[in-house]
Amino acid sequence: MNNRHREIVLPEQDAKRELARRTRRDFLVAGIAALGGFGAYEWITKAGQVNNAPWPQRKVLDLNGRIARAYLSDSHLMPTYSASQVGPIKVNGDIGIAEDFDASKWHLQVASGEDDPALNLQLSDIMALPKVNMITRFCCIEGWSVIQSWGGARFSDFTKKYFPPGRKLPQYVYMATPGEDYYVGLDMKSALHPQTLLAYEHNGKPLEREHGAPLRLVIPVKYGIKNIKCIGLIRYTNDRPDDYWAEEGYDWFAGL
Amino acid sequence: MQKLRLKHLLAIRWFHWINFPLLLLMIWSGILIYWAFPIYSIGPLHFFPKWFYSAFNIDQRLAEGMALHFFFMWFFVINGIAYVIYTLASGEWRLLVPRSWSAFRDAWHVVLHDFHLRKDIPPQDKYNAAQQITYTAIILMGVGSVLSGFAIYKPAQLSWLATLFGGYQGARCVHFVLAAGYVVFFVVHVLQVALAGWNNFRSMVIGYEAVGEHE
Repeated sequence: MNNRHREIVLPEQDAKRELARRTRRDFLVAGIAALGGFGAYEWITKAGQVNNAPWPQRKVLDLNGRIARAYLSDSHLMPTYSASQVGPIKVNGDIGIAEDFDASKWHLQVASGEDDPALNLQLSDIMALPKVNMITRFCCIEGWSVIQSWGGARFSDFTKKYFPPGRKLPQYVYMATPGEDYYVGLDMKSALHPQTLLAYEHNGKPLEREHGAPLRLVIPVKYGIKNIKCIGLIRYTNDRPDDYWAEEGYDWFAGL
Repeated sequence: MQKLRLKHLLAIRWFHWINFPLLLLMIWSGILIYWAFPIYSIGPLHFFPKWFYSAFNIDQRLAEGMALHFFFMWFFVINGIAYVIYTLASGEWRLLVPRSWSAFRDAWHVVLHDFHLRKDIPPQDKYNAAQQITYTAIILMGVGSVLSGFAIYKPAQLSWLATLFGGYQGARCVHFVLAAGYVVFFVVHVLQVALAGWNNFRSMVIGYEAVGEHE
């Protein structure tokens, strides 16, 4: 019997049989499909883990990241706000920020490649770069967001000044706290975005210790987890860098 | 003689039954994400109370929720788009979309009829006016979920989209309310299906319903 018949008219007994036959067949198909779906779900959620996420999910997270990176543009900006819209912020992360942190002993190590000797910079070197003031929304991966005012130097200006001229810029940047307790990996396109700042001012005042003094990253095209506080090391690299929260099952790209 | 009438086309049955677990997974993973910043409430009714999170073991699963949400979203969106294209191409949309404003009046009569407050029911095609409005609204809600979802997902790259929803937090609220809408839809839908009986339910699986058969 053709499946596309709009109507099937049969003597009563034959109709009953036909209905029973179709019911058996299609519920069997439905059962097999349901089992297949359940099996697929089991595989998707129980496959071997890569950085605390089952690998099929990790693959899709990375694919989503590649799509987002392709679409990312210097002209796609996080909206900016006025000073009156700045809201109160909570302190959400303290990994790598020591209570007894001594800012006077701080310096910034910059490595242009995996094996390059690091350059040691002082805060005055960052402050010598063109200063940018920016009021943007800071989005935590938890779902809350708050408008904050930041002052600092564009990472793109920093790179222009401190990455060796004539050398091909690597694909990634790694940033870490002085003891490398907290670390983030960034794709170069996001790092060079015009709203990505090495910030030393927060809401018009020098950056507070709990918000990452003396120098932190403010990168509005990423979730808060990538906005690393108290940067002690910046390394340009072609290997996708480790990332603290990506190792805990979160998306490595974490772009907005 | 007994008549078997084709009620639901094969493709539509597949779209429907594929959508069901996908929507369930989107809502489930959405709740895992929402747990990390659970701010919505209506008066004393808080979304969600503590017992809810512990009963379903939702605590501390944000990363897992995000990975699931951003995995299944593609399948959910592709299935939804395929359904819309198919209903348009097959002409089935003519039965699903209300054809005039009087559908709203008719739908109200259907509701009264369902609550046994009215004896007669307005004349209808395959779907009554209440069904037409609901099945059309659910597609529009789906569009709203996808758009508000992308506004939350990429508020910098798609800042215009977030603005459309009243900003980042506005989009998040719309996304949540729509998800709650699906839960309400689900409850009513399952109740209606249960009341409509086996012949009706079976037709969503095998396609055919027995005409004139009373169960």
